[in-house]
Amino acid sequence: MSILIKNGRVIDPGGNIDAVLDILVEDGRISKVAKDITVPAKDMIDASGKIVMPGLVDMHVHLREPGREDKETVSSGSMAAIRGGVTSLLAMPNTTPAIDSAENIRLLKKIIQKTANCNVFIAGSITSGRNGCRLVDVVSLKKEGVLAITDDGSSVDSEEVMSEALKNANKEKLLVISHCEDRSLANGGVMNLGYISTQLGLRGISNGSEYKRVARDIELAQKTGAAIHIAHISCRESVELVAAAKKKGLHVSAEAAPHHFALCDEELMSYDTNLKMNPPLRSKDDVAAIRQGLTDGTIDAIASDHAPHTENEKEIEFDRAEFGVIGLETELAVSITELVDKGLLSWLELAKRLSFNPSRILGINKGTLSAGSDADIIIIDPSKEWKVAAEGLVSKSKNSAFLGRTLKGVVEYTICAGKVVYQQP
Amino acid sequence: MVNKNPAWTRKDLLGLQELTRDEIELLLKTAESFKEVISREVKKVPTLRGKTVVNLFYEPSTRTRVSFEVAAKRLSADVINIAIESSSVRKGETLIDTGKNIEALKVDIIVMRHNCSGAAVMLAKNLHASIINAGDGWHEHPTQALLDMFTLKEKLGVIEGLKVSIVGDIAHSRVARSNIWGLTKLGAHVTVCAPPMLIPTGIEKTGVSVTSSIDEALKDADAVNVLRMQFERDTENAFPKQLEYFKNFGITAERLKKAKKNILVMHPGPINRGVEVSSDVADGPNSVILEQVTNGIAVRMAALFLVSQANEHILKKNTGVKAKNEKVLVK
Repeated sequence: MSILIKNGRVIDPGGNIDAVLDILVEDGRISKVAKDITVPAKDMIDASGKIVMPGLVDMHVHLREPGREDKETVSSGSMAAIRGGVTSLLAMPNTTPAIDSAENIRLLKKIIQKTANCNVFIAGSITSGRNGCRLVDVVSLKKEGVLAITDDGSSVDSEEVMSEALKNANKEKLLVISHCEDRSLANGGVMNLGYISTQLGLRGISNGSEYKRVARDIELAQKTGAAIHIAHISCRESVELVAAAKKKGLHVSAEAAPHHFALCDEELMSYDTNLKMNPPLRSKDDVAAIRQGLTDGTIDAIASDHAPHTENEKEIEFDRAEFGVIGLETELAVSITELVDKGLLSWLELAKRLSFNPSRILGINKGTLSAGSDADIIIIDPSKEWKVAAEGLVSKSKNSAFLGRTLKGVVEYTICAGKVVYQQP
Repeated sequence: MVNKNPAWTRKDLLGLQELTRDEIELLLKTAESFKEVISREVKKVPTLRGKTVVNLFYEPSTRTRVSFEVAAKRLSADVINIAIESSSVRKGETLIDTGKNIEALKVDIIVMRHNCSGAAVMLAKNLHASIINAGDGWHEHPTQALLDMFTLKEKLGVIEGLKVSIVGDIAHSRVARSNIWGLTKLGAHVTVCAPPMLIPTGIEKTGVSVTSSIDEALKDADAVNVLRMQFERDTENAFPKQLEYFKNFGITAERLKKAKKNILVMHPGPINRGVEVSSDVADGPNSVILEQVTNGIAVRMAALFLVSQANEHILKKNTGVKAKNEKVLVK
């Protein structure tokens, strides 16, 4: 089994390469990257005029299986992933049951083995049943191969519990991903607190409910020496806190979701529940800060926070609709449209945020096209435009924040472990 | 009677924020002619004969519901009242399903009160029937603001240039929001007055002045609109105590002494005597509270009439297009 990708503009953040080259894939690995490779291959792809980069590594995905297969499954979610150019993803543990024990991990691994369409990695929870109280047994979770622990969907409110979790995780060299939200400050809000929430008469969520928890968790990471990754940061103060922590040399990394750098709370004037997520769409100023953070490297990674919900949970009153939007199928195109096209990131820097950096944070050997690495590659048409429509999405749920919008960048091929798993029809 | 209103093209009345000054003025002008109707001995016109109006109320309300019912009956429409216990809604059908079921009964206008902001907007998007927002969460209560403005205009002649103060829980008040949009569009100077925790973020961007001093709010004001303090809804982190509120913000005869002699005292009702307003003021010469109630009928008749007429036009146009397409298909 071999594939030769000819004449594409190869973007390899691992080797800092941005050049027109050929790539030879053999037996699931990249065997050669060079000019004018002439070795005969079983399949040949002409990639002239196209971008060839590592498949995306999305470190924040809710696959909903087990428990809510009506929203998404490992199969449908990973299908959405490869359509969107994602070849590796980290599945969040807020399923039913939660991924909080070796037994539950083994259950999930079986499902992944049978049905996944791309590399699906597993995050375990921090506390048992994600109840915020009783810590999981990190030793056995680590043994089963989780890449991180997180109670994502909720924050660990108790400082003592979080501190212990970081200590234990640090002993096992396991990453802790923190969903930063002080619910007492979030005050039951459903959107960003500001002039827009005032106009709409909706309860607002302050920036403080996020950044005060970011500050606490950075402090705990410093005290315990553990590595912490701040999930889906959405406001200016959080970006500033992460920047300061990095300056101090702490093991702190951060991710932002495409909706948080592409959209602001002004979009909500229509009460569109597909724009309701947690953290919420913030002010224009916060969006500018997230963009700046992505440009200057304060924010390491772009992750979708893909959160599928059924129509029944979304097509209702704004107050009552579920928080969350899907993102696997749009994150690459939104990033191209909002960051590359607007001159905020080069292709190489984009590939770092989407593939290389999340791989390093998670400690997996992905996100590079160097010879010898896993052949997880995407080929994209960088200038082709498409309109996001519910009918065109393969995710089981259609709750995209970008429905009706025109985006730039179409995935033509997704190659995972040396096999073409998706080809644009 | 105004018969043709090319200036009104909306099938719904959802809020005053989205309306132009012309549209608001048209509503007020139309209400004037209906005020004349309800002052006659025979208070009924056949304008909406054959039309059906449903009052769909997810929140308890007597005053607004009855006002809409009277307004619809004065226009000869058939009226059906549906009250739904909001707490049981989650288990039952969705709002859109309820709306579609009501529409399937061939209802022309749904007047809805709902405890969630944006509920009327959502329903309007999903139905062909006209929706009149009778209050949605903290968002808007357009007919209340219209009747407040109608009363101001009737009493003082113009709205442009008036100084109107709104006192009370601005943060959680749809009455305040609708009044702010309507009054500022018509050129009034609006001041909102409340304890700091009841002033919503960024409200000054609407063009209003903000104060936490009741004396400042009353000084030079042509009218003061006193909001009902809903202490029973006290789920907020910070909320003033009842007595403390009256002491600092209650409208009393003593305080009115420092205001303009003819200042109008308005209240959307029902009044909490001794909480936001003292009895002597509520029943006193400055109070126009009961006239507001009467004017509410005229304003709601105008709203029912205008949306009904516009929607008839929209539906006719749509069926016209449909019929045309069908003809083409037959060919």
